[in-house]
Amino acid sequence: MNRIDQRFRQLARRGRTALVPYITAGHPHPEVTVDVLHGAVEAGADLVELGMPFSDVMADGPVIQNACAQALQHGTDLDRVLEMVRRFRERDADTPLILMGYTNPIERRGVERFAAESAEAGVDALLVVDCPADEAEDLKAALQQRGLHQIFLVAPTTTDHRLQRMAGLAGGFVYYVSIKGVTGSSSLDLSSLAPAVKRVRAVTELPVAVGFGIREPEQAAAVARVADAVVIGSALVDRLDRCANVEEAVAVTREYLGRVRGAMDAATETGPAAVEA
Amino acid sequence: MLEAAQRTHSESVPDASGHFGTFGGRFVSETLMPALEELDRAWKHYLKDADFLAELDRDLAHFVGRPSPLYFAENLTRQMGGARIVFKREDLNHTGAHKINNTVGQGLLARAMGKKRVIAETGAGQHGVASATVAARLGMECVVYMGAEDVRRQAVNVFRMKLLGAEVVSVEAGSRTLKDALNEAMRDWVTNVDDTFYILGTVAGPHPYPAMVRDFNAIVGREARAQSLAEYGRLPDALVACVGGGSNAIGLFHPFIDDEQVAMYGVEAAGRGLAGLEHAASLCAGRVGVLHGSRTYLLDDDAGQIRHTHSVSAGLDYPGVGPEHAWLKDIGRARYVGIDDEQAMKAFHALTRSEGIMPALETAHAVAYGMQLAAQRRSDEIVLINLSGRGDKDINTVAEIEGIQF
Ligand SMILES: Cc1ncc(COP(=O)(O)O)c(C=O)c1O
Repeated sequence: MNRIDQRFRQLARRGRTALVPYITAGHPHPEVTVDVLHGAVEAGADLVELGMPFSDVMADGPVIQNACAQALQHGTDLDRVLEMVRRFRERDADTPLILMGYTNPIERRGVERFAAESAEAGVDALLVVDCPADEAEDLKAALQQRGLHQIFLVAPTTTDHRLQRMAGLAGGFVYYVSIKGVTGSSSLDLSSLAPAVKRVRAVTELPVAVGFGIREPEQAAAVARVADAVVIGSALVDRLDRCANVEEAVAVTREYLGRVRGAMDAATETGPAAVEA
Repeated sequence: MLEAAQRTHSESVPDASGHFGTFGGRFVSETLMPALEELDRAWKHYLKDADFLAELDRDLAHFVGRPSPLYFAENLTRQMGGARIVFKREDLNHTGAHKINNTVGQGLLARAMGKKRVIAETGAGQHGVASATVAARLGMECVVYMGAEDVRRQAVNVFRMKLLGAEVVSVEAGSRTLKDALNEAMRDWVTNVDDTFYILGTVAGPHPYPAMVRDFNAIVGREARAQSLAEYGRLPDALVACVGGGSNAIGLFHPFIDDEQVAMYGVEAAGRGLAGLEHAASLCAGRVGVLHGSRTYLLDDDAGQIRHTHSVSAGLDYPGVGPEHAWLKDIGRARYVGIDDEQAMKAFHALTRSEGIMPALETAHAVAYGMQLAAQRRSDEIVLINLSGRGDKDINTVAEIEGIQF
């Protein structure tokens, strides 16, 4: 069974909302990535998302854009990303890992080869930001063959028709984008979140993760009450950007995610969603 | 426009999901999909709306100055000693290039859709100026994204945009050229999609842009076709146009696609030579991939990272190309060739001195190839070159290259 499915089952039994940090592989330096992933898990991350840097990250804001540029400057290509995954797996056999990226580098490797190499390295799912359900069939087939899930984004503006279509292809979880905009924007609208998540749940049994625009522990806590998973991206990447070495990067990751985890746990123990879950 | 839309086979490509054969499509984040669907619906609706089309035709006639003439370049023809060289004079349009055909159309569409703010990306600044012009006239707020390198190269156009009331945002990311400006405009659009219309300036990007921008520029080819028949009693033997994203070329080519006897040549920027990496010729020297929401030919490295490109002309300095060109290349209907910086500069001077027409540096690429082609063809043949824009914006670049200081 895919680690993601396993993990969400465990979490559901424990009534715990998943914390899913995103970092860009190779940022601020390739040397820190694996240690930061471990640090994130130690601080309470239940799944991790690793961004494959791309030169033209159209759906990402300045923080991740800058992270990708730095990672590329340090030569973080696909082989190095997969090497990081392998090294992560040496010490962590259980935490699901999702690769996130853009279509062109994946196709340049060849979707079948990409799927095979990712599976071999210990990847559990792939989220291709610029590959909506409409264009996903070939990739989906290649991933499925290797037991990898394909994660899809759902936006506030996604129509029912598109939602149905995506639900038919999605695996692992559904990623609800909580804002209109690119990653790192700051206009998370909490009031509309509950009905939006409900709409997603109406078409799929898959867990629902919410991300884009969550920075403060209190926001994460509020999201944790309605969603199965909280994704923290730009806010963590932004903090890592100011780190000079591995120790600092790990410390910052633990401190920040530890606070987020604490706020989420406090919220779900007492919040109304604990009952629902 | 109505009648013309029926005359061309614009209904058959792209298909409903925006594919030209295997090219095109919509490779964008889900956050953008509904905006593209809304745009697609609006465009399809207004393309059949008689009032909208009548207003578009009026604006093209009285604001843009259409039809643009078909000009026989007698001196240049004599110089080359071959086929008759004729120019479709898009340089005579208001604001100086073909770009205004598209921005007038998209501007009216933006207004019809109730949007209050328009945004645009620009390379040479021509599309930015054309967008700012339309926004000024329609009373809309306008923000233009432009790579920092292009802001430098095209300072005159930056000033024009500001005079027109637009805000020009200099984009520092990546190669600081057109592709980065396009990324930034897309980001703005996803964030402000409720009140904002993105006027994309070429036939690249996700569906419906490649088809919509083509349809707004196809007026060029429709006029040229009719003018050639009226003036010479026949169609031209060859069409030549420069290709950055490909809008002026597809605008000219599209109404001729079914006229098998008419050869079509798209001219890409070979920069400092196709053998190296310093060019922008994605059809001549690239491979198939996905960029800016569309499957097409592009320039990338072995890891699939988009490469920095080079061309003396900012408007051709782009690592991708519209998907319809990718399709025309693969089915063999159009041929794509490269002209390097030096050849383009020579053609710039040749046309300026022989005909008293100073072309844009983008356009000079088409002129250079058209001249070569004319020299190889018989004198009873017609080579029609799309004179996509005028060179006023480029005089600083030309002066710089020739070491002249003002
Ligand atoms: C005069 C002129 N011609 C051509 C181009 C290239 O664009 P396209 O290939 O879309 O026609 C530009 C772009 O800025 C331009 O200004």
